[in-house]
Amino acid sequence: MSTFELIGFGPKGWGGLLLAGTLLTLLVTLAAMLIGAAVGALVAAAKLSPSRTSRIAGDAYTTVFRGVPELLIIYLIYFGGGSAVGAIATYFGSQSYVGVPAFLTGAVAVGLISASYQAEVFRGSFLAVAPGEIEAARAIGMSRFMRFRRIIVPQVLRFALPGLGNVMQLSLKDSALISVTGLAELMRSSQVAAGSTRLYFTFYIAGCALYLVLTTLSDRSFAFAEKRVGRSFRGGIGR
Amino acid sequence: MDFAFLADTMGQLLAAVPTTVALWFLCISIGGVIALGAVWMRVSGIFVLERIAAGYIFAFRGSPLLIQMFLVYYGLSQFPEVRHSFVWPVLREPFYCAVISLALCTGGYTAEIFRGGLLSVPQREIEAGRAIGMSGFMLFRRIIAPIALRQALPAYSTEIVLMMKSTSLASLVTVWEVTGVAQRLISQSYRTMEVFLCAAAIYLVLNFIIIRFMGFIEYRLSPHLRRRPDIGIEGPDPRAEDLREVKP
Repeated sequence: MSTFELIGFGPKGWGGLLLAGTLLTLLVTLAAMLIGAAVGALVAAAKLSPSRTSRIAGDAYTTVFRGVPELLIIYLIYFGGGSAVGAIATYFGSQSYVGVPAFLTGAVAVGLISASYQAEVFRGSFLAVAPGEIEAARAIGMSRFMRFRRIIVPQVLRFALPGLGNVMQLSLKDSALISVTGLAELMRSSQVAAGSTRLYFTFYIAGCALYLVLTTLSDRSFAFAEKRVGRSFRGGIGR
Repeated sequence: MDFAFLADTMGQLLAAVPTTVALWFLCISIGGVIALGAVWMRVSGIFVLERIAAGYIFAFRGSPLLIQMFLVYYGLSQFPEVRHSFVWPVLREPFYCAVISLALCTGGYTAEIFRGGLLSVPQREIEAGRAIGMSGFMLFRRIIAPIALRQALPAYSTEIVLMMKSTSLASLVTVWEVTGVAQRLISQSYRTMEVFLCAAAIYLVLNFIIIRFMGFIEYRLSPHLRRRPDIGIEGPDPRAEDLREVKP
């Protein structure tokens, strides 16, 4: 059987499995980016807060999640999250084993790692917003929430775009580590196909190529978005 | 808190630290050499070499390290030619496979960092070097390399910290380094949090040492950015005088 038949979509081809894996990798990365954006914004707020306690907590979060191997964090969420959910279920009177879906643990684990990087990106972008603009908003009587919504968020998002593109690349690559929990994303699918056919090189190269497609796509999308939001600014993004 | 268990865990994890450090040290040394070669090709001005280096950097930066590691460890043994060649004793060992794939991966990232440093060397410094008659190699050794290295240092220290974290993937090709031992301890004892805390502390200390060491090198290499020592000469600071002159 030729290589093309093997990685194609025929009855004996593994193409469908690999494509499904690619889609799942994309979905789990997007979910992780969303979780990371929410947690990252909170951590960035803590790091910028005037309260000493919140600042220390925020710094501790980014230090730990950026200083400890991703694989270790995935083990923590996978084993620790599973037993925590199990304990809660037993407490509420459940007799049977309650598992956590692999998709959820994966997205949460990669999301928490991504949050530590996104927090730094958001913090940098917030500091890039000119203080004069916030003062001006305060001067014309905008409330705290309105200032946040109309002045801070639009600018922070624009300044954060290049940094977020980098974090997206990191998260795409980190998502390969979720394969250790058994989620059938691209890495796991390549492993299954490689193991079943004993053609390891062929399928890992195919998996590699699909990852390169994903990272290139994300790179292009962010470049497009940057161009798009930079349209109304003479100097492009930043100043 | 069960301190006996914590001490036992810590002992077992510490026993695996030499493997982690050896992986890290070998991969950044070999990766540094690969990166130098790749940068040289990337800026050589020869089209074919440039494309090859750009392709290498793109492939290894764009795909996950795990799949690269599996490609080296499981993938290469697919070919009987490899299994019967002289490199097989090396490629058979998971430790060397991990080192090879880690080095190839960091080589791609480091090449981009070095290239960034190279591009940040001001054109006028190179022109000045040429003007006083420096040859190509002397220009590189005395002008380009020192400035480029100093510029690349902060990004490079980030990269070697990332590599310390990446050595954990070697556990997935059966190398017993810290994360691998931690995973075994977790699946034996089901005390995730305690084992995680011990392993995390080890990595944080290792990374702290790297960052401090690189910070020290950075400090030593940038005396021109430091405040001048006060040597007790009387009279006003000449810099203050300069400022006064500029004032309208």
